[in-house]
Amino acid sequence: MDYATEFTPISAAIGGGLIGIATIWLMAANGRIAGISGIAGSLIGPDGGDRTWRLAFIIGLILAPLGYMATGREIDVSIPASTPILVIAGLLVGIGTQLGSGCTSGHGVCGISRFSVRGIVATITFMVTGAIAVYLIRHVL
Amino acid sequence: MLRALSSLIAGLIFGLGPVISGMINPTKVQNFLDITGSWDPSLAFVMGAALIVTGLGFAVLKTSSRPLFDTRFQWPTRTDLDPRLISGSATFGAGWGLAGFCPGPALSAAALGAGPVYIFLIAMMTGIALWRWVIAGMLDPKTA
Repeated sequence: MDYATEFTPISAAIGGGLIGIATIWLMAANGRIAGISGIAGSLIGPDGGDRTWRLAFIIGLILAPLGYMATGREIDVSIPASTPILVIAGLLVGIGTQLGSGCTSGHGVCGISRFSVRGIVATITFMVTGAIAVYLIRHVL
Repeated sequence: MLRALSSLIAGLIFGLGPVISGMINPTKVQNFLDITGSWDPSLAFVMGAALIVTGLGFAVLKTSSRPLFDTRFQWPTRTDLDPRLISGSATFGAGWGLAGFCPGPALSAAALGAGPVYIFLIAMMTGIALWRWVIAGMLDPKTA
């Protein structure tokens, strides 16, 4: 099966820059870290606290592609994983991000940009196991 | 109200990141991780740009006293490398590689109306809820 995607460094850097701007804005405006798994976890968890800003952030995340498509552009998404793999992957992502207190945004973007050792170690760890998982499903199984 | 509005704007801008960079596409994410196969280094440029922008912005914010709409900056304070950080990140990475979705792009992809996205999202939210409501309380009975 051919999985190839085009190398797109410019749009990648623009997208990354937007993630950075949003992350700075959330801290500048509300004093909060833009860690998606933390925001989602506190939103649906029992810990209470202020759920309103968290819900507003998630709504923004979901509206963003709709706004993009409203300008007539298309979004390319192909999901090769089967249903059982999606279920297993979703559970691993859900439990893993809560156990490890973060994902690509909280540990990757926010953590490394603060030179946090926890963020750096977490990011190296999930990059390595992510690469192993892709190797297994694409080249071994 | 201001906090909710500023947070909505943050979510909108953040959500455009994976859309424009193509990281909302699981195949493109998996190609970054597939070093021995159809490798696509684009994700490194997403991370690189995000880190440069965020690093500069955070450095400026560290010199200011409080956020616009709240009383204090809630910077993370932990510095310990505990087993949960490593095992949790390893678990997350395995799921990230298997599906090509991490939480942000997966939530944004809910807007696209594709069936497999909802299967992943339901499983992910179940995992998060299971942790927050059940497992966390079993591991730390005192804080439950």
